[in-house]
Amino acid sequence: MSLRSPLGKVLGRGSAKQGVSHWWAQRVTAIALIPLTLWFAFQLVHLPTANYDEVRAWVASGLNPVWLMLFIGAVAWHSALGVQVVIEDYIPKKGAKVTALLASTFLHVVVAVAGSYAVLRIAFTTFSAG
Amino acid sequence: MRQRPLSPHIGVYKFAYTMATSIAHRATGIVLSVGLLALAGWLIAAASGPESYAIAVAILGGAFGQLLLAGWLVAFSYHLFNGLRHLNWDLGRGLEKPEARRSAAIVVVATVLLAAAFIYVAFFAGVPR
Repeated sequence: MSLRSPLGKVLGRGSAKQGVSHWWAQRVTAIALIPLTLWFAFQLVHLPTANYDEVRAWVASGLNPVWLMLFIGAVAWHSALGVQVVIEDYIPKKGAKVTALLASTFLHVVVAVAGSYAVLRIAFTTFSAG
Repeated sequence: MRQRPLSPHIGVYKFAYTMATSIAHRATGIVLSVGLLALAGWLIAAASGPESYAIAVAILGGAFGQLLLAGWLVAFSYHLFNGLRHLNWDLGRGLEKPEARRSAAIVVVATVLLAAAFIYVAFFAGVPR
């Protein structure tokens, strides 16, 4: 029987932060991205041209704005989680590491919001037959 | 606080090609993260008007842009198949060394096939860009 307290046993044994939620969110977004990326790839391939009117009509058509925003959101979330791990593993200096993590988080949120806003703006200003 | 031992870094292991599939998963992930910037930029350009969109098409439609597109198609194909390999591991399956080597080979073959199909459709199947 050990006389060490439970706290004493775990102190200094490493992170007790958001490891599980990070791991789980990475898997949830990975699974969501399997159908979403394949949908996106097939949509792009079936665009007859990539000209301005064609692309806007496609973005605005049917439920495409919903799928596009889900796609952008899932990619941005999955990317933020992945880039976070790479930064944590390869930038040893604490100051540089925290700066890079902050920059990555901000950039991912900006990209997700700006990309979704672009989709909504196209959807609400384009009149398509879809 | 006492310095605890850390796990040894990759430099101490004899090279096995399954290591290359691991680092390639990270590398393709970073490549695809850059692709997310391009995707957002493309949509923002399309939302901003014909002039902005013409600039985006000039960049993405140029030689360098086309090279990037091909790179994203290859990176996506690999990250998809190796990601499925990781999800299978998460279920506790295929973790033995011979199985991991075999799944690595399957990932490489599947990547080549899907990437070739993407590149054929995107660049050679007569889809005007």
